[in-house]
Amino acid sequence: MHQPVPHEVAAPAAKLGRAIVVTSGKGGVGKTTTTANLGTALAQRGARVALVDADVGLRNLDIVLGLESRVKYHMLDVLEDKVSLDEALVPDKHSPTLVLLAAAQSREKEDVDTEKMRDLVQNLREHYDYVLIDCPAGIELGFKNAVVGADEAIVVCTPEVSAVRDVDRVVGLLGNRFKPQLIINRLRPQLVKKGKMLSVEDVNAILRLPLLGVIADEPEIIITTNKGEPLALRHEGETASAYHAIAARIAGEDVPAPEPELKESLIDKLGSLFGGKRA
Amino acid sequence: MIEWVKKMFGTPNSSSTAKERLRLVLMTDHLALAPEIIENMKRDLVDVISRYVEVDRDKVEVNFEREDRALAMLANIPIVSVNRPSPPEPPAPTGPPPRRRRRKKPPTQNPAAAH
Repeated sequence: MHQPVPHEVAAPAAKLGRAIVVTSGKGGVGKTTTTANLGTALAQRGARVALVDADVGLRNLDIVLGLESRVKYHMLDVLEDKVSLDEALVPDKHSPTLVLLAAAQSREKEDVDTEKMRDLVQNLREHYDYVLIDCPAGIELGFKNAVVGADEAIVVCTPEVSAVRDVDRVVGLLGNRFKPQLIINRLRPQLVKKGKMLSVEDVNAILRLPLLGVIADEPEIIITTNKGEPLALRHEGETASAYHAIAARIAGEDVPAPEPELKESLIDKLGSLFGGKRA
Repeated sequence: MIEWVKKMFGTPNSSSTAKERLRLVLMTDHLALAPEIIENMKRDLVDVISRYVEVDRDKVEVNFEREDRALAMLANIPIVSVNRPSPPEPPAPTGPPPRRRRRKKPPTQNPAAAH
């Protein structure tokens, strides 16, 4: 009886997969969490997905996926021909069609050969439907290496002045080639309603990008990240559904861009009854 | 009256403040990232003023300054002489002539204001 090894680099796909870089400029807006969840959501749809952690020196995607104990080799081992790509890909615990190529933790961005990085992503595209590249913060060499092999971009932005400014800059640097699409992350509908947070419309009045979806700032994202089990493994719940809807939109399905709904608690209702103080 | 309304409704929402700051910061960013546009604008500006007075092209300075809620362009264009050899000619019209003739309002501020 033969054992199927689903993570193994299978027969080349009939057509090239899509290489999508997940970027933002600013750090801490949720690029890695978004990459892990979208990769999981795409894999849950049956697509073959390779996640690439391009944040050399600050490896994190393995943690969010709960794969940190399984990483043996990293991207630079492949780029420097120490191991084959197949050996370095870590199969996901939960999704059989998902693999991770981890970043090198004890190396520097300067060690990455940009041209070899392009070839590596091209190689992955031949075997996977989606190659999602988790871009490091910043717009320097790490950013250049992360985008070199990509043909599309997803920009992650939180509703903050600094994050929007940085996305604006990154989109300017990307130019038209990457067809950037926007995910607004960590939105708090309550604060938007009270006029204390930029709304989706405010952000996109400035960025003017196709909106893939909006993810609310929900504690369950933190909890699932703590556990190393991406939220998109679940199929119910508003935030999990939002990741699945975004994945469907990436796959070309005509589903509406998810936006979190305002859930009013009793305290909010009481608060609005007595008129909350604005600031 | 407006002050009274403002007091009634408290201070403006912080999201409006964020929007306003974002708008200004992006204008400044985009200008800083487009030096060639500023150079072209400077050249055109000097061309227009040179039709009326003689200016020192090498000493023209164009700066952008953020004032309270707006971005202002400040141009410093040194005038060498107001005696032009020939009277200024209106710029050649481009495209079809306008259907209606309307007197243009004179500018309230001189674009060549020194700062």
